[in-house]
Amino acid sequence: MSSVRPSRRSSSRAHPRPRRLGPGDRLFLTVAVGIPLLALLVFVWLPALSSIGLSFTGWDGLTLSDIHWAGLDNYHQILTNYPPFWPAVRHNVVWLLFTALLPTPFGVFLAYQLDRKIRFSRVYQTAIFMPMVLSLAVVGFIWEIIYNPDTGLLDGALGRHIDWLGDPHLNLWAVLVASGWRHTGYIMILYLAGLKGVDPALKEAAALDGANGRQTFMRVVLPALKPVNIIVLVVTVMESLRAFDIVYVLGGGTGSKPGMELLSLLITDNIIGESSHIGYGSALAVLLLLVSLAAIGAFLVQTFRKEDQ
Amino acid sequence: MTVTATPPAHRSRPALTRTASAPRGPRRQTGRHIMLGGIALLWLVPLLWAVYTSLRPYADTTQHGYLSWPHSIGLQNFSDAWSQSGMPHFFWNSVLITIPAVLGTLLFAAAVAFFVSRFDFRWNVVLLMLFTAGNLLPAQVLITPLFRLYLLIPLPSWMSDSLLVYNSLWGIIFIHIAYQCGFCTFVLSNYMRTIPKEIFEAAVVDGAPAWRQFLQIVLPLCRPAFAALATLESIWIYNDFFWSLALIETGDKRPVTSALANLQGQYFTNPNLIAAGALMTAIPTLLVYFALQRQFISGLTIGSGKG
Repeated sequence: MSSVRPSRRSSSRAHPRPRRLGPGDRLFLTVAVGIPLLALLVFVWLPALSSIGLSFTGWDGLTLSDIHWAGLDNYHQILTNYPPFWPAVRHNVVWLLFTALLPTPFGVFLAYQLDRKIRFSRVYQTAIFMPMVLSLAVVGFIWEIIYNPDTGLLDGALGRHIDWLGDPHLNLWAVLVASGWRHTGYIMILYLAGLKGVDPALKEAAALDGANGRQTFMRVVLPALKPVNIIVLVVTVMESLRAFDIVYVLGGGTGSKPGMELLSLLITDNIIGESSHIGYGSALAVLLLLVSLAAIGAFLVQTFRKEDQ
Repeated sequence: MTVTATPPAHRSRPALTRTASAPRGPRRQTGRHIMLGGIALLWLVPLLWAVYTSLRPYADTTQHGYLSWPHSIGLQNFSDAWSQSGMPHFFWNSVLITIPAVLGTLLFAAAVAFFVSRFDFRWNVVLLMLFTAGNLLPAQVLITPLFRLYLLIPLPSWMSDSLLVYNSLWGIIFIHIAYQCGFCTFVLSNYMRTIPKEIFEAAVVDGAPAWRQFLQIVLPLCRPAFAALATLESIWIYNDFFWSLALIETGDKRPVTSALANLQGQYFTNPNLIAAGALMTAIPTLLVYFALQRQFISGLTIGSGKG
């Protein structure tokens, strides 16, 4: 730092001139960006785009030469002749709606409550955010010993014998409660950070104009938080599409189970296991990709709009 | 707040103002405390139940039921889970994956972030978008071709006894680095933009090449962002379940989080042991969370807060 300070003065005197990069700089920058970019392209974008290509082929996954063009067959089969597909779509939609309508607004509500100057705020935050630190697999095991019909807390407390995870009409909701338990704290923390960034003068001005707490929030704070709102929306959509671990663990660790089919589980069903239908799995992945691109696009537009200026 | 805002006229009767303002504030807060305390407690119930179950011997719970007062309490389940199921081995796998993956992610992300924030190349925004969007793709979209790709890439025998990236810890480290790089690049490039340009201009005047600007100026200045991201990424990578489930075939190479799924039924035959195993897996993340809560949360919000 001390060596920088004197020359900083000299640079502010003389205007910085545009410089050309030397060969050493070029080499360093090429390597510094090239290797991460290569890793990203090979391990992330190549597979993502290959999914699109493979979705139009038939392949049992044994040898590369067996790949044959299948056109839209996979899609046609999935839409018409693949029993778990429509339930999976329905469950993904239910997952999204549930998460968007209950844990997300509840997290926002908690953030709003905690944003007031209140004692023990940190304690409350720590407790409610804690599930977010646990892996979804651990969350799955913790809820399993709650839902177990013979030994679980829930049936013990209710005095009934309900197989929460076995009953196809109940198990999705049971999993959603566990996932919402984790999601609420995430949204709370994201929103709390956003609320802290709102200029307090805005709220004071609203209060001076006679707005009550709810009006201040709905008319002043919420619009000022548009960027955070978009992030929260994107997080909610992405988490709903990505849901896998917790369903996998609570479903007994064998892939999708009646009542809890999700697109993400169907994809792994089709690539791991004795009968691999690479084309099926890829077509499912493309459908998932298309839906997530909408959310990714919203995020990118929100984030990078200001950089174009 | 109220003290500083109190007009001087009230100063003559300090006792009165205090009694007049005190009940109004706390009375409204009490309701809020009851509500928040209740919610916080409710949120802890699942975790506390797991702790309670894990501390009770199996015999005790079979005799009296799980929803009963304990007749004895002890750490026997933890020591059983630890010694019977090979958990130390799986923890070691997690360490072998998490540490290189976090370091690699931060190094790669810092290099790319330095590039896009320091120099004005035409494709910078596209580059940054490519990285950011990569991290937002659902893992399941990548998994089918990635699984096949891993079966095609050979590794020397000293790196992987399967001679492939598939079924090796390296494969898991690679995908973590490539996948997590996007988020860290995004956060770090935002952070690096706040470094005053004059510092770099000064360094250029001093004749410092780009690599020295990176190592000696940018990396030290980004220490707070690194601390936040390292905390967050350690927990994320340690917690990963999906990659190692899909890309590692043999159970004994899996990190502890996904090994847990295998151990159930095999070694963890009763809820008491499952609870102990799950809690033990959670202990490292909980310790990091309690010790570095501020870093963890700022890492999570740094990217969105700037938005």
